[in-house]
Amino acid sequence: MKTFYENLRALTQLRGVSGREELVRDAIIRMIDGHCDSWRTDATGNLIVEKKGARPAAKRLLLSAHMDEVGFLVTHVQEDGFLRFAPVGGVMPAVAAGRPVLVGDGALPGTIGVKPVHLLDGDEKERYAKLEDMLVDIGACSREEALALVSPGDPITFIGEYREMGDGCIASKAIDDRVGCALLVELIRSQLPCDCVFAFTCQEETGCLGGKTAAYGAAPEIGIAVEGTTAGDLPSAPDHKKVCALRKGPVISYKDGGTTYSHTLYRRATEAADAAGIPWQTKESICGGNESRSVQAARNGAQVLAVSLPVRYIHSAHSLAARQDMENAFRLLLELIGVLGL
Amino acid sequence: MKDHREIIALAQQLTGAMGVAGHEDQAAQAAMELLRPLGEPRISPVGSVICTVCPGLPGKPHVMLEAHLDQVGMIVTRVEEGGFLRVAAVGGLDRRLLPSSPVTIHTESGDFGGIVASVPPHLSQGEEKPLKMEEVLVDTGFETQRARQLFAPGDYISMDGPLSVLENGRLRGRALDDRIGCAAVLMAARSLHAAEPGCRVTVVLASMEEGSGVGASTAAFDVAPDLAVAVDVSFADGFGVPAWHCGKMGGGPMIGIAPVLDRKQTDRLRQLAAREGIPFQLEAMGGRTGTDAEGIASARTGIPTVLLSIPLRNMHTPVETIHLDDVENTARLMAAFVKEAAKE
Repeated sequence: MKTFYENLRALTQLRGVSGREELVRDAIIRMIDGHCDSWRTDATGNLIVEKKGARPAAKRLLLSAHMDEVGFLVTHVQEDGFLRFAPVGGVMPAVAAGRPVLVGDGALPGTIGVKPVHLLDGDEKERYAKLEDMLVDIGACSREEALALVSPGDPITFIGEYREMGDGCIASKAIDDRVGCALLVELIRSQLPCDCVFAFTCQEETGCLGGKTAAYGAAPEIGIAVEGTTAGDLPSAPDHKKVCALRKGPVISYKDGGTTYSHTLYRRATEAADAAGIPWQTKESICGGNESRSVQAARNGAQVLAVSLPVRYIHSAHSLAARQDMENAFRLLLELIGVLGL
Repeated sequence: MKDHREIIALAQQLTGAMGVAGHEDQAAQAAMELLRPLGEPRISPVGSVICTVCPGLPGKPHVMLEAHLDQVGMIVTRVEEGGFLRVAAVGGLDRRLLPSSPVTIHTESGDFGGIVASVPPHLSQGEEKPLKMEEVLVDTGFETQRARQLFAPGDYISMDGPLSVLENGRLRGRALDDRIGCAAVLMAARSLHAAEPGCRVTVVLASMEEGSGVGASTAAFDVAPDLAVAVDVSFADGFGVPAWHCGKMGGGPMIGIAPVLDRKQTDRLRQLAAREGIPFQLEAMGGRTGTDAEGIASARTGIPTVLLSIPLRNMHTPVETIHLDDVENTARLMAAFVKEAAKE
């Protein structure tokens, strides 16, 4: 798994908000080129990779992971040089206030500033400003100065360095879903039990456009989404709201906020995990969602399954996941390709 | 615009070292290293760094140049299940910025990375509110048993925030309150050490301003100067700070006017800045200055004290931002002030 972690590190650090996945896509192409039978990009920006396995698949399998990350876009440049912005995907004000960010294609350093804590009155201390009321400071003193550096539509991304932490944990921005991308890359670089199609999709965070068009193009009978999902395993959370936990294995879902998964696939997948001795868990709360719903609804429909990595502090600049869950997810996916595809 | 390489290098060395109030050892070591070429620095019983950088001539005043060495942060109060740490704030920490912030935990067995836990949206139920300090948890990524071996109540935690140069000569990073003041003091000290104006000049980089202020008041007692210049940061324009409550980024040092500050020396400082063509702004405060100036001015039988503040955005966060020109001009004004005092 050495290449896996090198790839994960490289992929998490690339900037790619929804609609601007090109740097991630180019990096993945470099990682898989020569290890697959074909790859192509489609009109929406997806990367579709075909890879032959030991045998032809009995059912057409599509594994997908999304390339985009949450972030922001510049919407307006003020007269005083500060930038207004809009979120791309689900970002909470608490993880935006006071963050260092990179703005535009030139990756200009900027700051989502805050009124100093000393000057807040009682009420202001106990609430967050709305994202639409926050501003980015790039050091410009006027609209003219700012417009020489950035323009409306420019992406704004979090800064979240990749670091090893604690007992086998990795912290970084964009673990959701560069971990899925890195797992798919690792599968493509491995011997597969049967033929598979892989989709590295765009715009999942803003409505799963990539999943929809990729599924139309690949026309799978079975779709497996590989992604990161919220782990709420904090001591302060009641057990029924922890959803899933780090180090308990990949998450196989029966239902979430966006998809009711194929019960047959869910059962076969969990049985296969047990038979192979791979730890797994399920979501103990109906929440979150991913592009499975788009894959499920494409063309005449497909059976879908999601294999998710438990990730703490998802959709922030510093999310946290465990290596052992990634390694078990890889083992599980390889097992599932053989069990579901043959 | 000047290239400000000296300030950036000083800021890099000073903010790279940890110094949460009450545990300034790393920052003090960094400061000692920078002061050694100028004199014989020592550490006071409460952690302040003191160094005479010009011996001075008899009959000339003894001037103390002061900035504080400590920064806001957190302290571990309890090791919880699952490798999480319960914490308390050290200084006026901005709770709003804590969720998912990267931190460093300083322990007996070394430094460890951590992330402040954020509450997932499905648990926050509608409108998200800043956590109360007692609800804040720091995630170490360790399992319970290892965490209990590695961490203990009393371990200090600093916020991570790399130093970055922004457009238009702005510098952003953690602990610029008040390491950037320390940088300005060091620059003035270097130029005075070379010029030997005749005054005795002693630098104090004080501990615990964000706590009790005991670092500066005890150092002032120790040094017993005739005159003191305190350098801190103050609110800069932008992000909803009222215009009457802030200085302008790049507008020059803010000269403090407050009951505790010496009026005659403050007037001299203003006249001098005007004469030397050093840009400055005035900051009038009706009550306390909220800086070390109070503790210094009230040391022994009283020490005439003036206050210079560098305008700073996002105070007490890891993204504090200043204008490099303001640091340069603060150092220039301080050095000119000492030279002027030597003429008496």
